[in-house]
Amino acid sequence: MIEVFGLVKEFAGLRVVDDLKFDVPKGQILGFLGPNGAGKSTTMKMLTCFLEPTQGTAKIGGKDIIKDSLEVRKLIGYLPESAPSYGEMSVREFLEFVAEIRGLNGKNKVIASERVREMCFLENVWHQPIETLSKGYRQRVGFAQALIHDPEVLILDEPTDGLDPNQKHEVRQLISRMANDKTIILSTHILEEVEAICQRVVIIAQGKLVADSTPEKLMEQSTMHNAVTLKFQNNHKELARNRFESINEVSRVEDLVGFPNALRVFPKKGSTIVHQVSEVVNSESWQLEELHVEQGRLDEVFRKVTLS
Amino acid sequence: MNMFMPLFKREFLGYFRSPVAYVFIVIFLLAAVGCAFFLGRFYESNQASLEIFFAYIPWLYLVFVPAVGMRLWAEERRSGTIELLFTMPITVTEAVLAKFCAGWAFLGIALLLTFPLVVTANFLGDPDNGVIFAGYLGTFLMSGAFLSVACCTSALTKNQVISFILGVVICFIMVLLGWGVFTNVMASFLPATLIDFISSLGFMSHYQGISRGLIDTRDLVYFFSVIAFCLTLNSYVLNARKAV
Repeated sequence: MIEVFGLVKEFAGLRVVDDLKFDVPKGQILGFLGPNGAGKSTTMKMLTCFLEPTQGTAKIGGKDIIKDSLEVRKLIGYLPESAPSYGEMSVREFLEFVAEIRGLNGKNKVIASERVREMCFLENVWHQPIETLSKGYRQRVGFAQALIHDPEVLILDEPTDGLDPNQKHEVRQLISRMANDKTIILSTHILEEVEAICQRVVIIAQGKLVADSTPEKLMEQSTMHNAVTLKFQNNHKELARNRFESINEVSRVEDLVGFPNALRVFPKKGSTIVHQVSEVVNSESWQLEELHVEQGRLDEVFRKVTLS
Repeated sequence: MNMFMPLFKREFLGYFRSPVAYVFIVIFLLAAVGCAFFLGRFYESNQASLEIFFAYIPWLYLVFVPAVGMRLWAEERRSGTIELLFTMPITVTEAVLAKFCAGWAFLGIALLLTFPLVVTANFLGDPDNGVIFAGYLGTFLMSGAFLSVACCTSALTKNQVISFILGVVICFIMVLLGWGVFTNVMASFLPATLIDFISSLGFMSHYQGISRGLIDTRDLVYFFSVIAFCLTLNSYVLNARKAV
């Protein structure tokens, strides 16, 4: 659905986006990650035809973003960073204006705006000027305007930025609900969000693509992946450390800061150790408060790939 | 052109969504009528014509039109909605025309509201209404030319104040170019043909003909050319500096 062919953007000779290539099949939610200033927003602005690439191009729904810019824009719903809108208009006026510019008139306009009113829970503020709304509501209005023409592709630039935890949760639910029939790119630097809703992750740093994978695969790269954390009822730590270190597949054993009776056992790359560890525990009849296998930490992988 | 209407409607109604439009109209009417009556001595002149009124209008427009136009693009830049606008299926040309026409229609309404002057002149005497009509036409065209300059300066910046001041300065130059006092000064050191050329570039030489009742095609062409030139420049500026 979205194919990116070597996008490059330079501002005054400075390369902000450098030869990006990736594609997103229909129906996928792609998390677009990177540190601040990595070129996420610039890439999104090129995909939505706001900025022209210096080199390269992309196709959305088979249409070229440079040659068929108007057609591409019809396919896309876009939520720009911090959801700008015309503050002096009421929510209804604003959404009906967007509907008209999206080519919806008369009955279709009314149907479309009522649909997004319900989807984005805007009933309570329907007639209020947008400038009087809270940030959460403004973000929802931004969502509503991106969805009003029921686009095939959604491009969302930091959709949960500046929202409180409840609002973040709502927005994520909204995105997950739409995932069935839409292709979605969302940028964020909240990693738990990616774990929660994205099927795929693209990480860029200094304009270059540094990772393109699924959240699970990325977590496998974490040293924490498949590590086993144990909390003992009594203090067997020193004995346990020795026993665990003698297991073949174990690379190292660490104390857990703040927990006097806990250890974390790290496996060698690519191996699982939970069976071996639990066998040792059983054979020694140690009483455990907790034992769990770590999935890995996205933030650790994120740091690793963006700082190297 | 199907995206022209929604944007035109939004921009035009946008003027009336805030009290600024009403304040603007009231001040414009007070100033226009005030100039004609107090500075121009409309009554004392004992002439049943609006010539005095039309003589002051360019100077009022110098301040008022850039004030109407300053918001058009600068506000889109400041609030970031320019990104929203140009990721919708609308071309830069459509957007430029829609905004310009909305501003122009607003100026037209403000101008039409000076109609009590026409009524007064007709009540007190027997003016040539053809000349008055020509005067209004000329004034409206000139306001379009002023506005196209203001649109252009508005597209350059996200700061409305800068946009306003730039607009006033450029419009002032356009008015000065054809103003008698200014051309007299230039006449002391420049050849006459050059002065004619320079003053023909300014608004005044074209406006004065129409406002006295002479509708000359060349003057109409002049105003439309200024508008077309400025709006083309406006589109160019937007294309070149969208993200700034």
